[in-house]
Amino acid sequence: MTFKDATAIVGIGQTPFAKNLEDDERTLACRAVLAALDDAGIAPGEVDALASYTMEETDEVELAKAVGFGDLTFFSKVGYGGGGSCATVAHLAAAIAAGQATVGVAWRSRKRGSGPRPWKNTTVQLPTPAQWTRPFGLLRPADEIAMLTRRYMHEYGATRDHLFNVALACRNRANQNPAAIMYERPLTREMYMTSRWISEPLCLFDNCLETDGALACVVVGRERARDCRRRPVYVHSAAQGLPAQHHGMVNYWNDDPLTGPAWTAARHLWKHADFTPQDVDVAQIYDAFTALIPLSLEGYGFCGRGEGGAFTEQGALETGGRLPINTGGGGLSEAYVHGFNLINEGVRQLRGTSTAQVPDAGTCLVTAGEGVPTSALLLTNRS
Amino acid sequence: MLDPVKDTDGAPFWRYAAEGELRVQACADCGELRFPPRPCCPHCQSFAAEWRPVSGRGRVWSYVVPHPPLLPDYAAQAPYNVIVVELEEAPRIRLVGNLVAEAGARLDSVAVERIRIGAKVRVVFAGGLPQWVSA
Ligand SMILES: [Zn+2]
Repeated sequence: MTFKDATAIVGIGQTPFAKNLEDDERTLACRAVLAALDDAGIAPGEVDALASYTMEETDEVELAKAVGFGDLTFFSKVGYGGGGSCATVAHLAAAIAAGQATVGVAWRSRKRGSGPRPWKNTTVQLPTPAQWTRPFGLLRPADEIAMLTRRYMHEYGATRDHLFNVALACRNRANQNPAAIMYERPLTREMYMTSRWISEPLCLFDNCLETDGALACVVVGRERARDCRRRPVYVHSAAQGLPAQHHGMVNYWNDDPLTGPAWTAARHLWKHADFTPQDVDVAQIYDAFTALIPLSLEGYGFCGRGEGGAFTEQGALETGGRLPINTGGGGLSEAYVHGFNLINEGVRQLRGTSTAQVPDAGTCLVTAGEGVPTSALLLTNRS
Repeated sequence: MLDPVKDTDGAPFWRYAAEGELRVQACADCGELRFPPRPCCPHCQSFAAEWRPVSGRGRVWSYVVPHPPLLPDYAAQAPYNVIVVELEEAPRIRLVGNLVAEAGARLDSVAVERIRIGAKVRVVFAGGLPQWVSA
């Protein structure tokens, strides 16, 4: 049994994205899943595997009975918020490659736009590591990542202009994508540099959107994929990553806090791939915060340690640049749904149907959240 | 303000802090310091632990300045600083805290412009919480 190219994503679906959608999360989940199955041309009754996030509120029972799935023989949930996005597809691919299932659906539905902000909940807090951070006013994900960002800028000379380059590339792609929340809202350097702080050194535009929306995709074996409606997008390589002595969002307590889960996932990802970072045509890199992009560029091997900031210069992340990223607008400017929109955009690029299409894109890296136990996918349309 | 939600492993740290002492968990077999505290030693797998007094001197490793929206008690003091301090005797052991003008002072009692990575600090205590002042 081999994992490489043994499975493919054959359907993608999503709801509209907005600050406030009328449907509840369960309804949104059903809509996205049915849209993905329709895209694939596969009936709900054929689905026998599911994968989602531990933070997903709609459970398998609710989803299965609403949309009419068949008998399920595999279902899994991945932890660590946005770190689990790519792992949902990876779990389905592994299950299908191993013969545990035949048709898998991964999904995420979230009303983060109109719903509560998780950090405001002061009663349901894990004692570790919150006892070491929250009493001192390190309250939000933005504060936790800002701490690593400041250290990163200090050690390597990265600047706010580098972070702006990330925000701008995402916004420019969103301006080409009618589904993106920021479709009609261009960003300028002036706007970025004068915007309000969230947690210094991170300003408003360094932070992802707060979005209501849901997405899903369908994974099947390669034989079945050839008979589907769309061009198959093969799961070439996949990995999860939890480094030794890693501490999640507050990774301050090991020898080297600036090499995070991306490095671990990348080692496995490339070891099992037939191509290298230099062969990646387009990347969808998890962007809850701009600073995660330079860290991920280093972790996944697009540049050396400490070079992630400089990598963003001269339009490297834009269309036609060294590595176009987040071509739908990403979490910063399309929608923030725990990174699932990055998976669907990766599929669109390899189908040739992105609103910011990279000509003849044949390979795409998709990553989940850096700074938490993470996951990543290498996708290809050549097999 | 939020009180520490203590767990079994962390409770001794807070007990010593309430007495005005900074102690860090160490392996009673191989002697390795570890933070945050945990049930056993990742180096030698021993479950024997002790709480070792440290000097309370360190350097600022990084810092942030949160702005609203924040929980009300914190918003009232924003913008304030949160620092990570690496301890003099074990730079890998880092503590999150606040740089304040004196023990018990507000979180915004030191001007943000005066904070530097690498600056020397020393621990003080107020209300059972460690805080940091310029050293
Ligand atoms: Zn030991």
